Amino acid sequence: MAISRAEVVHVARLARLALTDEELDRFAGQLDAILEAVGKVSELDLSGVEPTLHPLELSNVWAEDAPQPSLPVEDALANAPEVEDDAFRVPAG
Amino acid sequence: MIDTLRLTAEEAQRLIERGEVSGAELHRAYLDATAERDPELHAYLCTVEETEGGGVPIALKDVISTRGVETTAASKILAGYKPPFDATVAARCKQAGLPLIGKTNLDEFAMGSSTENSAYGPTRNPWDPSRVPGGSSGGSTAAVAAGMAPWALGSDTGGSIKQPAALCGVVGLRPTYGTVSRYGIVAFASSLDQVGPIAKNVRDCALLHRIVAGRDANDTTTVELPEPIEIPEAVDLKGLRVGVPKELNEAEGIEPGVSDAVNRTIELCRELGAEVGECSLPRSVEFGLPCYYLIAPSEASSNLARYDGVRYGLRVEDGDVRTMYERTRDAGFGDEPKRRIMLGTYALSAGYYEAYYGQAQKVRTVIRQEHAAAFEHFDVLVSPTSPTIAFELGARTANPLAMYAADLLTIPSNMAGLPGLSIPCGLSEGLPVGFQLIGRQFSENLLFRAGHALEQAIGFDVVPERLQ
Amino acid sequence: MNWEPVIGLEIHVHLKTRTKMFCRCEVAYFDPPNTHTCPVCLALPGALPVPNRTAVEWTILLGHALGCRIPERAIFHRKNYFYPDNPKGYQISQYDEPLCVDGSFVVPGADADHVVGIERAHLEEDAAKTIHVGGAEGRIHGADRSLVDFNRAGTPLVEIVTRPDIRSPAEAKAFLQLLRQTVVELGISDAEMEKGSLRFDVNVSVRPEGSDELRTRTELKNMNSFNFAAKGIEREVRRQVEIWESGGEVEQETLHFDPGNESAAPLRSKEEAQDYRYFPEPDLVPLEPSRELVESLHGDLRELPSARIRRLETDVGFALAEGLVTSGRDKLYSRIPGERPAVANVVMNELAALGLDPAAVDAEEVGKVIERRSEIPRAAFTEALAASASPGFSAETYLAEAAIADVGELDPVIDRILAANTQQVEAYRGGKEGLLGFFVGQVMKETGGKANAKVVNERLREKLRA
Repeated sequence: MAISRAEVVHVARLARLALTDEELDRFAGQLDAILEAVGKVSELDLSGVEPTLHPLELSNVWAEDAPQPSLPVEDALANAPEVEDDAFRVPAG
Repeated sequence: MIDTLRLTAEEAQRLIERGEVSGAELHRAYLDATAERDPELHAYLCTVEETEGGGVPIALKDVISTRGVETTAASKILAGYKPPFDATVAARCKQAGLPLIGKTNLDEFAMGSSTENSAYGPTRNPWDPSRVPGGSSGGSTAAVAAGMAPWALGSDTGGSIKQPAALCGVVGLRPTYGTVSRYGIVAFASSLDQVGPIAKNVRDCALLHRIVAGRDANDTTTVELPEPIEIPEAVDLKGLRVGVPKELNEAEGIEPGVSDAVNRTIELCRELGAEVGECSLPRSVEFGLPCYYLIAPSEASSNLARYDGVRYGLRVEDGDVRTMYERTRDAGFGDEPKRRIMLGTYALSAGYYEAYYGQAQKVRTVIRQEHAAAFEHFDVLVSPTSPTIAFELGARTANPLAMYAADLLTIPSNMAGLPGLSIPCGLSEGLPVGFQLIGRQFSENLLFRAGHALEQAIGFDVVPERLQ
Repeated sequence: MNWEPVIGLEIHVHLKTRTKMFCRCEVAYFDPPNTHTCPVCLALPGALPVPNRTAVEWTILLGHALGCRIPERAIFHRKNYFYPDNPKGYQISQYDEPLCVDGSFVVPGADADHVVGIERAHLEEDAAKTIHVGGAEGRIHGADRSLVDFNRAGTPLVEIVTRPDIRSPAEAKAFLQLLRQTVVELGISDAEMEKGSLRFDVNVSVRPEGSDELRTRTELKNMNSFNFAAKGIEREVRRQVEIWESGGEVEQETLHFDPGNESAAPLRSKEEAQDYRYFPEPDLVPLEPSRELVESLHGDLRELPSARIRRLETDVGFALAEGLVTSGRDKLYSRIPGERPAVANVVMNELAALGLDPAAVDAEEVGKVIERRSEIPRAAFTEALAASASPGFSAETYLAEAAIADVGELDPVIDRILAANTQQVEAYRGGKEGLLGFFVGQVMKETGGKANAKVVNERLREKLRA
């Protein structure tokens, strides 16, 4: 078994997904099958191989420290579900 | 009377230049075509009445941020979200004067191969509405195939432009990674996502690619094109070395009808003057899918963490902030994003990173090296784009692995960051078959040249028979 | 059994660049909420980071000041966790390939140099600001909602991690003061705790003196001053020693201090061990600072504060030297001529208390004032110092006016002195002119040093002639 139901519960918590029991059962089975399949990558002995971090060999891409216009505050808040005093309101932690 | 089913973007451009039609009239014509055909096909999530530009109208996949126009990535979690900025590619289309027809449907967050994962209902294949158009850019390819847009932009991560282009009988380019800006594109897998053109023919694709491609200061993973995009003219393949990777062409699951059409096209390459030979990508095909389905979900699990109900999109408020996060994400994400988020979270988690994500990044290096080796002897590698013709709606939705298999042939070159062009090369059981041409990095001009020559020789009629 | 503290510090320093780390919004986090945001720092769908070149260079510069090695390649990593002040759901930071590694920071002490190992210094972005409302104002406990302001989100932050080489609360305080001064002198940060541009956490454990074991450590968070930190460390060390001595075991936990109440016991939190799922940031390409750039930045380093303390120490002793340098007042001290310890004392005490702008102070003139300190009333001395920052200040003029120059006031005093010292008057009149100094001294003593020396001289000569 590549992943147990308990591990799926843990992963769902880590990913902030509130899954129902039915979802957990269904996903657990599917994730197990998928992980079995993708686990195939471990069949290769790649001890001498460097990982590919980027498809292109680029480095040192940055910008000068010069300001660009920010969004008007109305635009920044336009899609906000809850606003109070021009800030994004969320329930307490 | 504008025949939107047949009109190419290049022809439309000529009509505009000759003053025979205005950009606004064209825009209206495509909106009318959409009103007529889209209730059945559902290629669009929204259409735009008020737009600017006197050029050839365009459809944009709904992962492309468009200022003031709802952008949902076909997810409930972004219902009603209106970006306060344009994606760079959308801005470049605007600058080129292309009016926006609308935002096209996709698999939610670009995760899928059939557009059935859209939270707003699937798109249907214009060739056969009981079948899928492919995915994730199924809305864009269906819109073009059904004459509801002359051209469109899609996005490709594991094959999401190439595969639906194949299933809908249109042309699609997945560009070299880093040649088209991802700024403003709702992110799925950062090291794989690329935006590319979808159109009825190769020249239109080249024209559109020229408008959007090129380095963007807002995306540090982009580079300048080493040479300008050329609109192809040549109708032969003289001097071209065409490689046929065994593993891509003989993989398990390729339908005989698909093989036949592709083999005929390979023969056509010879007739057009190309040197054709066999080659091998020993591990790229076998390990491509597992590699992709580790790296892409890992990056996605992180890219989708911002959807939390705090600053935009859906919010389900209930109890404390942590509960808000959990309920919002549970209600807002469909099954496939949830699966991939969990898969990616697991692959990155403490204790599993080396075995899964770490290892997959090394497999990626192997795939790159194998392709580089093949390109020492060949200029372009060819194969079917999709193992099958369009399958029926619902045929694979119960089995994620079966759905993932649709990407078997498009994924390997994507992992290597290489460009790929899909052109329709024939029919099988009345449905389009796509021919994939893979090139070295930055070899788009060569791909366009080869694709155009083949396309002219094949003479595929892009208008679905049932719509004629 | 004797115990020794094992202390390590994690310090966060805001870089005072004009724009944020990964976007070009201005850094202005005291402006009205959400007035300095953009798709990138709001983490809108599709936004992408673009690194701030100055922030990278300043981090390398700081690395040099910390004696670090600058590796050939550095990359950014994503640190994944969910919190409303973390809009992307991950922070772009650095993990196992940071910009600066393996340094050491010299903290001069009265007895010897303490060398504190620097494990690393890396670059990352700061989170947004959250205010908790609806409960007791500002406190997180009892709040019913939180308001998030993203002006601060994305500000460049350097995180410095020391090795656990610090052995006392006083040393921790000295380290922090010196680090702060160093960072300010490099010109890369204001490093003010009250403004939040310098923050730190402390890791504390104890072990039997002389051993090299590393026992369980606790993390102390949310201390808002160096003094507070020293007290908090001291209390925590005592607590841990008591636990070990009574046969118990110290638990690994985080202790949150109440910034408003120094004497309150910290709140313990059993925070869930976080799995940050670090992976290399795919939206950013590696940093490979050229050796020319690295060397050129090294060349930009001036004399470091630690070296300056040792240099000044030979003239004024360790305590004053350390005070001058860590308070940033040594530049002013260097400009004022005169006897070194005297000047140092005045700079650290009277001038510090006056809160003058050092740049406005006329150093030459202040030197003169200090020189004449014993001659003038204490109040006049302080006033003269205060006036030294005004344009056109002249010590001579000011002091002349400050002293008692009224002949009407001085004459009676002089007369009294002369009357009380008739023998010396005889001697003076007999030719011992050196006795004038004696009379001046007596008048000064009588007037508590407030008489104007010049006038006293004149009046004495006048009266003695007669």
